[in-house]
Amino acid sequence: MLHYIFKRILIMIPTLLLISMLVFLLIELPPGDYLESYIAELQMQGETVDPQHIEFLRKEYGLDKPVLERYVLWIYGMTHGDFGYSFEYQMPVSRVVGDRMFLTTLLSVSTIIFTWLVAFPIGIYSATHQYSWGDYGLTFIGLIGLATPNFLLALVLLYLANIWFGTSIGGIMDPEFLNQPMSWAKLKSILSHLWIPVIVIGTSGTAGMIRRLRANLLDELQKQYVITARAKGLHPFRSLMKYPLRMSLNFFIADIGNIFPNIISGSVLVAIVLSLETTGPVLVAALQSQDMYLAGSFMMFLATLSVVGVLVSDIALAILDPRIRLQGGSTK
Amino acid sequence: MNQEKTPPSEAETEHFVSQAPFDLQSIEQLSEDQEKLYLASQWTLMWWKFKRHRLAVVSGLFLIALYLSVLISEFLAPYNLHSRHVDHIYAPPQAIHLFHDGSFVGPFVYATNFKLDMTNLSRVYTENRTKIYPIRFLCRGDDYKLWGQFESNLHLFCPAPNGTLFLLGTDRLGRDVLSRIIYGARISLTISLLGVTVTFLLGITFGGIAGYYGGVVDLIIQRIIEVIQSLPTIPLWLVLAAIMPVTWSPLLVYFGITIILGLLDWTGLARAVRSKLLSLREEDYVLAAQLMGATPRRIIGRHLIPGFMSHLIASATISIPTMILGETALSFLKLGLRPPITSWGVLLVEAQNINVVVLYPWLMLPVVPVIMVIIAFSFLGDGLRDAADPYK
Repeated sequence: MLHYIFKRILIMIPTLLLISMLVFLLIELPPGDYLESYIAELQMQGETVDPQHIEFLRKEYGLDKPVLERYVLWIYGMTHGDFGYSFEYQMPVSRVVGDRMFLTTLLSVSTIIFTWLVAFPIGIYSATHQYSWGDYGLTFIGLIGLATPNFLLALVLLYLANIWFGTSIGGIMDPEFLNQPMSWAKLKSILSHLWIPVIVIGTSGTAGMIRRLRANLLDELQKQYVITARAKGLHPFRSLMKYPLRMSLNFFIADIGNIFPNIISGSVLVAIVLSLETTGPVLVAALQSQDMYLAGSFMMFLATLSVVGVLVSDIALAILDPRIRLQGGSTK
Repeated sequence: MNQEKTPPSEAETEHFVSQAPFDLQSIEQLSEDQEKLYLASQWTLMWWKFKRHRLAVVSGLFLIALYLSVLISEFLAPYNLHSRHVDHIYAPPQAIHLFHDGSFVGPFVYATNFKLDMTNLSRVYTENRTKIYPIRFLCRGDDYKLWGQFESNLHLFCPAPNGTLFLLGTDRLGRDVLSRIIYGARISLTISLLGVTVTFLLGITFGGIAGYYGGVVDLIIQRIIEVIQSLPTIPLWLVLAAIMPVTWSPLLVYFGITIILGLLDWTGLARAVRSKLLSLREEDYVLAAQLMGATPRRIIGRHLIPGFMSHLIASATISIPTMILGETALSFLKLGLRPPITSWGVLLVEAQNINVVVLYPWLMLPVVPVIMVIIAFSFLGDGLRDAADPYK
């Protein structure tokens, strides 16, 4: 088992390295750099630009070095906890993103748990009551959830939440807790705001998961051993719980790996609409102003989060299903 | 001869040979239906199977109608895309009535009275129950140039002279929302088709190379696919969209977006192609083609891909909804299409803040066609997937 986990983590390294190359390439691609847009902005305001000052800045931020050298420096820095310098905020990237990363992680994990709690019972119900009204109704609701653009759902839910529960609009916590150290009251405030984004981001993932879980469980229920168990008079509930459910549980955990990147990418969009204090809004702003280290680190962070999500689901799967663990036959 | 078919009796059994010529068909006579089934081509079988999925057929027809409507948007929409009505800014939808004062008039709308509410600083529109504007059909309205060629002003339906007809209300510039939704379909529907084309090209090329050659090439392509799949899509779309220079013309941006959408979506298709090819390349007919000196390109394109084209079409259909939603999301963030190009996503930009939800909820209506198209594509995809393998 340990051997498998070790191997799995080793595979992560080249994946992350490839991702970092891709991210760096994408961020380098737009013509010009932050300083150029900075100069343009200054000139627009009618201020004179001191070329020596710009030259100094360029040297200071290492923008005069060749691309490859900058990439290596960036990677080297990241492994040592130095994520570069944000031009826009005039402070190290790690200070800009710290709190936001925590909130993004919290949001993503809560959404996964929400997706689970909703999709699992509904999926089982749909599969055991195939072609019933309940099945059709739930499938239809799921489809609507899948088809509605997240951002619109977010807006409508915000409005309803404000009318029905009086929750303040926007944000992931009450404004007075912003930039405050973590405390019990702050956590409570976060949790009371968290449910809207969780529902909004969760809907599309939940709908997909219900559909796949239903199809999977249906396949399992049609197998001979289930029919035998039924014919021998085993209680239907037990004949469902004993094996078919366990089999589809495998798939259920494997599916987390699929939906995790989706949830993270959905959270970016929803965060912008709801103006949550997560990574999304800052990422978009950084992309627009070519604040490359900030944007790059955010992308890296989001990608790492989803790679780790896949890793966790793989390990959980290996614990659950010996066939996967023993693949290749070398670990016995 | 026929009477002699049964030998006379047990005692005097002789060696018996029927003189009738042997007819194979007489043993296994196929009924008419069976014959039709056995002789049907693969595509006919698929069509039969597809027809049994009622929802998929209805969805397919609905989508065909929508795509055809794109050709004649100008004719279908009561107003032009950019015609503004400064007296009717943020006007709510007008309801269609049939009866006025208990007598049948045909479809008509009531006139609206406009009042500026100075205490709330809002425009108040009320129905004027005394004045009726019957809707005209096949009538002359705003001028347009169909396909940029034929000048015309014929519309399917238009408002009464001097009247208004805002079935879905107007936006902040007094433009008719319904007309804009009809025009928006043009961009929203075609962008996903172009995106799927990019997906197809990339998926078949990379999946084909990986599956046919195997080995190191396969390993590298597999890793790349894994990396792309583990990246969250929307942030990546954002990065790619941010690369597009602001100076690009809206049309270039349109093509840029289709490529961006396709660029991240091909991985699933490539995987499907690869796994299929891995099993198919061991078939004898591939060996035969190789011995006859066919190039890999010819073998993949001519012999292998057609074998599972139906699967590819089905999986491409399933990926279209993601693209439509993707375009909507990008436009919504103002990183995608920009006016004057009008897509459903661009229309939804208007519905970006909470005020709209409260005050002008009809501006959210462009989401209805988005939902309908996505659901239709899901059903169609389901039906196609079931039909893709008719021998099952």
